[in-house]
Amino acid sequence: MSEENLKNQIVGQTHAQAIISAEDELSKSVMFATKLDAIAAWGQRNSLWPLPYGTACCGIELMSVMGPKYDLARFGAEVVRFSPRQADLLLVAGTITEKMAPILVRIYQQMLEPKYVISMGACASSGGFYRAYHVLQGCDKVIPVDVYVPGCPPTPEAVLDGVMSLQKMIKDRTPRPWKENWKSPYEINETTVPSSLTTMLK
Amino acid sequence: MNQIENLKLDIAAKFGNSEIKLSTSKVGDHVLDCPKNMSQALLRYLKEYAGYNFLMDVCAVDYPIRAKRFDVVYHVFNMSTTERLRIKVQLSEDESIETATKIWKGADWFEREAYDMFGIIFDGHPNLRRILTHHQFVGHPLRKDYEADRQQHCTSVMPIHFNNTPEQAGDQLDNRFVPLNIGPSHPAMHGTLRVMAELDGETIIRANCEIGYLHRCFEKMAETHPYNQVIPYTDRLNYCSAPMNNIGYCKAVERLLDVTIPPRAQAMRVVLCELSRIIDHIISVGTGGVDLGALTAFFHLFTYREKVYNLFEKLCGARLTVSMTRVGGMAQNAPDGWFDDVLDFCKEMSDGIDEISRLMIDNKIFIKRTQNVCPVTAENAIAWGYTGPLLRATGVSLDLRKSNPYYGYDQFNFDIPVGSNGDVYDRYLVRIAEMRESIKIIRQQCKNMPDGDYTIRDKNIVLPEKKDVYGNIEGLMNHFMLVIKGLRPPAGEVYDATEAANGELGFYLISDGSANPYRLKVRPPCFAIYQSFPEVVQGAFLADAIATVASMNVIAGELDR
Repeated sequence: MSEENLKNQIVGQTHAQAIISAEDELSKSVMFATKLDAIAAWGQRNSLWPLPYGTACCGIELMSVMGPKYDLARFGAEVVRFSPRQADLLLVAGTITEKMAPILVRIYQQMLEPKYVISMGACASSGGFYRAYHVLQGCDKVIPVDVYVPGCPPTPEAVLDGVMSLQKMIKDRTPRPWKENWKSPYEINETTVPSSLTTMLK
Repeated sequence: MNQIENLKLDIAAKFGNSEIKLSTSKVGDHVLDCPKNMSQALLRYLKEYAGYNFLMDVCAVDYPIRAKRFDVVYHVFNMSTTERLRIKVQLSEDESIETATKIWKGADWFEREAYDMFGIIFDGHPNLRRILTHHQFVGHPLRKDYEADRQQHCTSVMPIHFNNTPEQAGDQLDNRFVPLNIGPSHPAMHGTLRVMAELDGETIIRANCEIGYLHRCFEKMAETHPYNQVIPYTDRLNYCSAPMNNIGYCKAVERLLDVTIPPRAQAMRVVLCELSRIIDHIISVGTGGVDLGALTAFFHLFTYREKVYNLFEKLCGARLTVSMTRVGGMAQNAPDGWFDDVLDFCKEMSDGIDEISRLMIDNKIFIKRTQNVCPVTAENAIAWGYTGPLLRATGVSLDLRKSNPYYGYDQFNFDIPVGSNGDVYDRYLVRIAEMRESIKIIRQQCKNMPDGDYTIRDKNIVLPEKKDVYGNIEGLMNHFMLVIKGLRPPAGEVYDATEAANGELGFYLISDGSANPYRLKVRPPCFAIYQSFPEVVQGAFLADAIATVASMNVIAGELDR
């Protein structure tokens, strides 16, 4: 074995060792990041602060979910916030009409990330049995929905199951393309009054 | 009958014999047909001389094949004789009719609704703009040529606006005052109401409310569904007391069919009605407390609501929207021992009411927040068309269960609680007292349940039992025929009202002999009540306005339909 070969070999070894130790570092940092994400997800899923967007009958059942018997607090979601700035879970409970849709979108836009949406009941999920001129055929026409809870109205147990499904999604970090690709369907800031109204008011 | 004869003679003497015709329909409703130019004089006469002091409902009906396409229909009610009268005026598409707001303040929103739904112009109405549909909506959806599922999207939110007054236009904001928008996504607005106010400090200078955020097209859906399939839609009118709407609707259809339901079905309906009245008042009192900052009362009362849910679940499997009635009776019999469970609940509930009245009615903070807040006089309440607990809070003792009794309510021993000055406190007092009266009625009824069938057995009205459908050919045939042909009441119309938790719940039903209702107009109690809101809260503090909204118990499902 020549001296040069020996040198190469030694360099090669060190190079390989260097690679190994670098990978070690990388794997450590990946592990660290994973742990951090997992901790964050643990925190998120166990302290969902819901904004109860109860518009109709489902809103009354939502009261039951919050109420003493079913008690959503057991799942860490008892802090009900009516300010979208303080909430991270939008619970759409009830029929969303065409008149309500722009307001729902505005509320959703005002919520801070990370934010989730549960659509409670047939009306919010698909318009339900109101296939009618003034009813939005599902709130997913205007905002991205993570979990749909069926029923008219759903039983409180079903809503609890919906919340638990969402918690599992947060834990597993399920990809949410519906949310990533969402764009607001309206330009909400428009405050123009239709001419028919202004003439009528005069 | 005598009074109607007298009225007929009076009208003939005052308006001449030929123009105005008084007739009595097959089901016993009194109808006045009136030409357009005399409607104003007739309505004024009915209110001021004939004693018809309540304007219960104004609506329109569309008959596209007729030369004069629209009917404008007024329902008036005489409190002292408890007689009802229907006034019908025919209008062609390009005609307009004079407003009734100068006679009854309460005609305001009803006429706006008729304008919104049918495009009928009421001359002299100060605020004839859309009320239920959104401001970008084109066309009039309840006309027969508007398809039920033609949606129109709304892309913007209405800016703050107020009602027009002779002095001030509604869209002109006064820059001396602070405009404030509350809702519809606001805890005190119960999700679907929107209140706009102009404030001078804490005092409300002008207020207005915008409704229609839950307009789910109930009346159009009723026109496109068979009679029995409308029942689940009625559940979702006043969803806090769903069975009462089922019963009100079925009672109207049964009256049109001219059938009497068996005693057991009547008794079951009474029990369901009174249970619903209790849970409706629970929501009203509980959320009223929440709006004033008292969360405990809500949680405490909700345990009792859960108990009633359990009873409903035992009865039919559903908790909130039970759809337990059918045209002709009930869907099924109550399970064994159910009425004993109801009696047990009554015992718990009466203890609960005592606790809650100690917690709220005797509470110093609650009294300070509600006593003498936004009182309404009896005169004003009648002019606005108030019914139910809010009317009784002003001291007027009117309850359809006493005045026009149905389902044997005249056999029970119960009182009508009334208030004295119509403020927010009195409304809660009346509601809590009514819960006690309901318990009394349930106890009397449950101890004295009639036996027998829970439904009539007319093969043209009620589906046969499943054992007959699967067991014999006749049952199968009857089932098949009724499903294919549908339940078909004879052509005609009826207005029928029941005392719901919020007041008079009226159904004006027109049948053309087909399987679907031709027109079904709901007279929701809180629609008439809520229209008075801008006037009632004027000059009050903003916090008092919140207390007032809560005490009115506005349920968006029946408000917007």
